[in-house]
Amino acid sequence: MTGSKTGTLALRTPEGIVFSLPLAGPASRFMAVSIDMLCIFGASAVIDRLFGALSFLGAVQALLVIVYFVLSVGYGIVTEWFWRGQTIGKRLLGLRVMDEHALHLEFSQIAVRNLLRFVDALPLFYLVGGVSCFFSRYSQRLGDLAASTIVVRDVKPSQPDLNQLLGARYNSMLEHRHLAARLRQRVPPAASTIALEAMLRRDSFEPRARVELFAELAGYFKSLVEFPPEATEQLSDEQYVRNVAEILFAKRG
Amino acid sequence: MIIDLERFVAEERTHWDRLEKMLDFMERDPERKLPLRDVLAFHELYQRCSADLAKIATFSGEPEMRRYLEGLVASAYSEIHASARQGRKLNLWRWFTQSFPRAFRKRIRAFWLAVALTIAGVAFGAAALKFDPDSKRDIMPFQGLNEDPADRVHHEESVSKDRLAGEKTPFAAMLMTHNTKVTFFTMALGITWGVGTTMVLFYNGVILGAVGFDYIHAGQSPFLFGWLLPHGAVEIPAILVGGQAGLLLASALIGWRSRETRRMRLRGILPDLMTLVFGAAIMLIWAGIIEAFFSQYHAPVIPYSVKIAFGLTEMAALTLFFARAGRNA
Repeated sequence: MTGSKTGTLALRTPEGIVFSLPLAGPASRFMAVSIDMLCIFGASAVIDRLFGALSFLGAVQALLVIVYFVLSVGYGIVTEWFWRGQTIGKRLLGLRVMDEHALHLEFSQIAVRNLLRFVDALPLFYLVGGVSCFFSRYSQRLGDLAASTIVVRDVKPSQPDLNQLLGARYNSMLEHRHLAARLRQRVPPAASTIALEAMLRRDSFEPRARVELFAELAGYFKSLVEFPPEATEQLSDEQYVRNVAEILFAKRG
Repeated sequence: MIIDLERFVAEERTHWDRLEKMLDFMERDPERKLPLRDVLAFHELYQRCSADLAKIATFSGEPEMRRYLEGLVASAYSEIHASARQGRKLNLWRWFTQSFPRAFRKRIRAFWLAVALTIAGVAFGAAALKFDPDSKRDIMPFQGLNEDPADRVHHEESVSKDRLAGEKTPFAAMLMTHNTKVTFFTMALGITWGVGTTMVLFYNGVILGAVGFDYIHAGQSPFLFGWLLPHGAVEIPAILVGGQAGLLLASALIGWRSRETRRMRLRGILPDLMTLVFGAAIMLIWAGIIEAFFSQYHAPVIPYSVKIAFGLTEMAALTLFFARAGRNA
């Protein structure tokens, strides 16, 4: 397990595969816990409204005291156990509690991290927990440190859309196979990644930045391999980079 | 070098889809056991996706694809390496009568340390009242304990009507929840390398010592024991068990003379820590009921001898429980 204060935790499986988990920061965690507190408050208010009228009965009064206590202490334990590391607040914000080694959470871990809230919540608004989260390597509050847990961003994996890049458009530069092969040879991996990322994210750029970025990239790729004018005439810089990315990532037979 | 991304995605996508579907299925119904054929298929898919991730990481810098595969591999890794003893059903009776006393005995050294800290507090509280009687006002946690013991005993024994009529159940609930909070807090303070837990245990001892000395010095021992023993015989050990859990957490953090890493030490104590603190909470339910329904009634309503005998019987039963229960299981 490796990591630094960069917001990710890298893990190596016994098979030697390395993957990283995006860690949740103190702000998003505080928002999640605020939502959870609202849920507890809301549930308490509903119970109070339903049974409050009967609170002149000693048994009902006692029941209300116990229910509030169980709700405030047990809410996090029960929801995290049955929803595999998530409470309502964490679900809404896309966070999840995980074991430090990405293994399944055990009940004792969930119970202990939630009971440690008694200290993390001190003196007000989770100040102790927030400070601990801020300074710890994996953004852990004291409860997480004791229970060996982390809170990660639970991004549901969705398959990347490569159609916009690998679509069946005509690529005039592919007509010159020897130059395409030379381009593959000369482009370093970092540059190819930049080209691909630029294509995938092009619609999110400001118009001016988009023009400037693709002009710079096209200039760079042109400096590596010079294609004949008939293959590149009337190509915009963006189309040029798209063609380059296609040559790099989609080898045609 | 760049792999042929298009062909790679086309060839592997079906496997990723299958793994994603299996993970969704496990997420929706974690209790369900997969048949052996599906387990083998799941393992194969996990290995295949892991290999794909390695290829992507090595030959292509495509970050979106890498993030997608990392998400799949991380989820599958967690399922593959799930602990076999993981189960969502709990036998509460077996846990309380077997696991709890076993955990208590296993971690007995932390308990004796909690007892020693409390006794030190008792000695301090008693000494404070003996040598500085004026400190009583500062030590006693609430006003009722500041009055003269003889006056209080006289007042309690002359009460003719039931002051707690209609209030006993809410009073019991209040005691249970308050004491349980204190116990949880005492355990949680173990994270301060035991400093907080030590302070709570010592302070509890100080109050106990001061109250005890005050009543014994005033010649009111029967009242004192008749009042405290019925619920205290369970309540005080429960808080000590909470302290035991806090000191256990502290010892795992400190790791004195241990060769294990801090993470390994903490993982090693977690089940016992949880068992001790929830076991103490269950003891406090009993203590709360006894305090509200029994301890607040004094002679002549309930003779002190009966109350003391009841408290001693509880102590004996509790000692037997911690010493013997769960030994043969």
